[in-house]
Amino acid sequence: MCLAVPGKILEIRDDRGTRMATIDFDGITKEICLAYLPDMEIGEYAIVHVGFAISRVDEASALETLQMFKDLGILEEELGIEPTEELTS
Amino acid sequence: MKYLDEFNDPTLAKSLFADIARITTKKWSIMEVCGGQTHAIIRNGIDQLLPDAIELIHGPGCPVCVTPLGVIDKALEIASRPDVIFCSFGDMLRVPGSNRDLFQVKSEGGDVRVVYSPLDAVKLAEENPDSEVVFFAIGFETTAPANAMSVHQAKQRGISNFSVLVSHVLVPPAISAIAGAPNSRVDGFLAAGHVCSVMGTWQYGPLVDEFDVPIVVTGFEPLDVLEGIRRVVLQLEAGTAELENAYPRVVSNNGNVPAQQMVEDVFEVCDRQWRGIGEIPQSGWRLSSRYSDFDAELKFDVVDIDSPESEFCRSGEVLQGLIKPNECEAFGTVCTPRKPLGATMVSSEGACAAYYQYRRLDGSPVEVKVG
Repeated sequence: MCLAVPGKILEIRDDRGTRMATIDFDGITKEICLAYLPDMEIGEYAIVHVGFAISRVDEASALETLQMFKDLGILEEELGIEPTEELTS
Repeated sequence: MKYLDEFNDPTLAKSLFADIARITTKKWSIMEVCGGQTHAIIRNGIDQLLPDAIELIHGPGCPVCVTPLGVIDKALEIASRPDVIFCSFGDMLRVPGSNRDLFQVKSEGGDVRVVYSPLDAVKLAEENPDSEVVFFAIGFETTAPANAMSVHQAKQRGISNFSVLVSHVLVPPAISAIAGAPNSRVDGFLAAGHVCSVMGTWQYGPLVDEFDVPIVVTGFEPLDVLEGIRRVVLQLEAGTAELENAYPRVVSNNGNVPAQQMVEDVFEVCDRQWRGIGEIPQSGWRLSSRYSDFDAELKFDVVDIDSPESEFCRSGEVLQGLIKPNECEAFGTVCTPRKPLGATMVSSEGACAAYYQYRRLDGSPVEVKVG
């Protein structure tokens, strides 16, 4: 859970004063919070940790990191999908 | 050299390994603080491709692993209550408490839910006004701003059926405790990149000066880890101790200032127990008194729960870098990811889990199928 995954901002909206975004992690979309990177714009990449954008990254390094998560098969786990029910052993 | 093929740039990896071998003339022990780095090291066999003179010591940077047993027992107690929806990150569900884990509470009828973001728990509280929604707010500095926002938002929106069980831990005091221990073997540190993306690098300069150790802020991808190691070795061989940032594409000196401000508003520094290690002064965050209405420990009266740790589990020694996971008698025999004795065998960032997944019982690599 301590890793952070880069994703691309698709949409930005306001939820009662909190800046939220839809983000794409290589085909998996999630709702995330932009309160800590309020100047993020659509099309940019951010590193996201537990639903919060914490750091802006360039597209090339974002895509490279995403590929690594995919290769390792841990993208879903980091995004909180299918948690711990099926542990590798 | 089968591992080299698994780096995303094998040529660069090879030249980094060659460079490290060339500059290394003495024995050095380097601690990687972050559990994500530990996994990259073990998975890619970095420790075995490095010169024998360089030993990597796996640090305590797995938030799930260091969450104290007493706090897990508090979580189990709260999650068992009939009116409670207990929300947690997925990693915590199989972490053993004194007698059971959150999965068991769930199978016995407790309403335990995995959330991706702490804000999902706030939403659940809004949607379920007749239930008490409790979020298990654990983690290092990377996670704290997200958890802080959930409390802030609940207060702002007047959501009174939401509360948090907080057990936050901080990296710099842990480095301080390890570097300052009389039996410390650590010559240099790789600091955790994502922690620094939030907090910046400025907290680490004073540690470099106080303990005269190189600290290099490092990412968690295999090539990032190699570059961090190379920079620490360069400094050690030159006899210097400086703070370096080897992860500038993500980490700045100041870090994420709005996130730091939110944390400062919601939390305050406190002494904290680390599972397997003991108390480290000023090494955690708890809810500030301004937010005590959202303190699940007070709300559910579990403040006094305190639990002695298993004598059989040696995860404390693993977390302090005193033994490697496979040197524990229980490793892979009575302690496996399905039946863990300690949290280091459970978490996706725990050192014991990394060794179990990628190594044989004697610590040598298993053949990993490359997909």
